[in-house]
Amino acid sequence: MTNDLTANNSPISLSLQAERLAFDDFTLFEGVELELPAGAWTCLLGPSGVGKTTLLRLIAGLIPGAENISLHCSDNNPIEGRTAYMAQQDLLMPWLSVLENILLGAKLRGEAPDKAKALDLLDQVGLTANAESLPSSLSGGMRQRAALARTLMEDRPLVLMDEPFSSLDAISRVRMQDLAANLLTGRTVLLVTHDPLEALRLGDRIHVLSGRPVHIDDAFMPHGQRPRDLHDPDVLNGQADLLERLSAADQKGAA
Amino acid sequence: MSIARPLIIFLGLLLIWHLIVIASGVPPYILPAPHLVFQALAERGDILFSHAWITLLEIVFGLALGTLLGSLSALTLSYYQPARRWLMPILVVSQAIPVFALAPILVLWLGYGMVSKVAMATLIIYFPVTAAFFDGLRRTEPGHLDLAKTMNATRWSVLRHIRIPAALPAFASGLRVATAVAPIGAIVGEWVGSSEGLGFLMLHANGRMQIDVMFAALFILAVIAVALYYAVDAGLKRLLFWSSETTTTEL
Repeated sequence: MTNDLTANNSPISLSLQAERLAFDDFTLFEGVELELPAGAWTCLLGPSGVGKTTLLRLIAGLIPGAENISLHCSDNNPIEGRTAYMAQQDLLMPWLSVLENILLGAKLRGEAPDKAKALDLLDQVGLTANAESLPSSLSGGMRQRAALARTLMEDRPLVLMDEPFSSLDAISRVRMQDLAANLLTGRTVLLVTHDPLEALRLGDRIHVLSGRPVHIDDAFMPHGQRPRDLHDPDVLNGQADLLERLSAADQKGAA
Repeated sequence: MSIARPLIIFLGLLLIWHLIVIASGVPPYILPAPHLVFQALAERGDILFSHAWITLLEIVFGLALGTLLGSLSALTLSYYQPARRWLMPILVVSQAIPVFALAPILVLWLGYGMVSKVAMATLIIYFPVTAAFFDGLRRTEPGHLDLAKTMNATRWSVLRHIRIPAALPAFASGLRVATAVAPIGAIVGEWVGSSEGLGFLMLHANGRMQIDVMFAALFILAVIAVALYYAVDAGLKRLLFWSSETTTTEL
C-alpha cells in the first residue's frame, strides 16, 4: 500500500529543549533535550510514569503554563497547528459516524469538509464499508484504524502518537504498525510506547527514558526499512538489548 | 405484546381496588368503586377534559420554560468561570427553599391565572435540568478536549461540537426527572389559588363531596403524567441514538 497523501510540504525536524518543568512536589525535566529528525520515527521507551507522555504532550501544546520550554522547527515556523495527535484511546466521538469523525478537525475549525479525501483515507485503512457506522459498532482494531485515518486527515508534518496500539490484541497491533508505517511515510513521527518490539519495528531512533529528573539515553538506531520484519535478527537481538536498558532504567527510577 | 403487560397490570389494579371496596364496605364518599369513577368520567367528561386541558398546558409550558432556562443556566455556568463562583451558591440556596412554600407568593404576584402555575412548574423543573446538564458539561472526556486542542478548535466550537453532545445523556436524565415532577408544580399551584385546572376541580369536588369526580380527575392526571413521561422518553431515545443504554441488562 502506498500513500499518495504525504504531507504537502517537505518534512521538518524539531528540537526540544526543556530547561525545567516542575510540578508541585517534584521536578520532571531539567536540561532535557530531544531531537526529532525530519521524516524519521523517534520512539520513547521507559518505565510507566517516567515522563514519556508528558514530553509528548509538551510538544503537542497540551500542557498549559509550561515555561522555559523551547520548541524549534527546522523551517523556523512556529509549531502551533502543525502537530497531529493520536492517543491510546481512539477518541472517536460516539455520536458521529466514522466518516464524520474523520472530518472532525474541519468541523471544529469551521472549514469546508473534504469528503473525497476522507473517503480515500477510509479506503486506505480498509473502512470504506463502515463509513456510515457508529464507532460503537466497530472492533478495537477498526476504531484505531479510524483514528489513524483521522490523524492523516489533519495532514500535519509532525505526528505525535501516545501508545496508540497498546490496547489492541497482538495480531491487530502488528497490522496497525504496518499500516501506520506505510501511511505516515514522509512525516516526522514521535511514538511513545512501552513495547520494545514495537519500537524496534517502527523506530529510526529509540530513546530510553529513566530517573527523575528525566534522563534521555543516546538514541538506539536499528538498521533497515520500517516496518521491520518480526523475524529480523536485528529486531530480536535489539529486543534483548532494549529490555536490558529498560530494566536498568526501572532500577534507576526505583533507587 | 408490549401493550398486553401494562393492560394486565392496569386491570389487575382495578380488580384489587374493587375487591377492597367490596370487602371493607367503605362508603363511596370515602373510596368510590372503580365503576363509579368511570361513570363520573363519562357523565362529567366535558368539564373534566376542559380542566385537564388547562393543567396539560401549564405542565407543557412549565416544562418547556424550565428546560430552556435550566439549559441556558448550565451553559452559562460551564462557559464562564466567574458565573460559576457567583451563581452556584445562589442556585444551591434557592433549592433549600421548598418550592411549595413559594406557591402562595407566586399566586399573589402572578395572579390566579395560568402564569403562576407555569411559574411553579418552571421552578420545580429548573434545578434538576440545570444540575444534570451542568454536570454533563463538566464531565467531557479529557482526551476529546486534548484532541480538539491539537485540531485548533475554538472554545465555542468545542462547546458546540463536543461538550454539548457529550453532555446530552446527562441532560436527558435531568429532563426525565423534570418531566416526572412537572405535574406536581402545576397541581400545587392550582390548589393554592385558581379557578380552573384539575387541581382546582379536585378541591371543588372535595368541597361538594363529589369524591367520584375527584378520583376521575386524579385518573386523568395520572394518564397525562404517564403519557408525557413516555413521550419525552421516546424523544430523548431518538436524540441519543448513539448512546448505549444498559436499562435492559440485569444489574
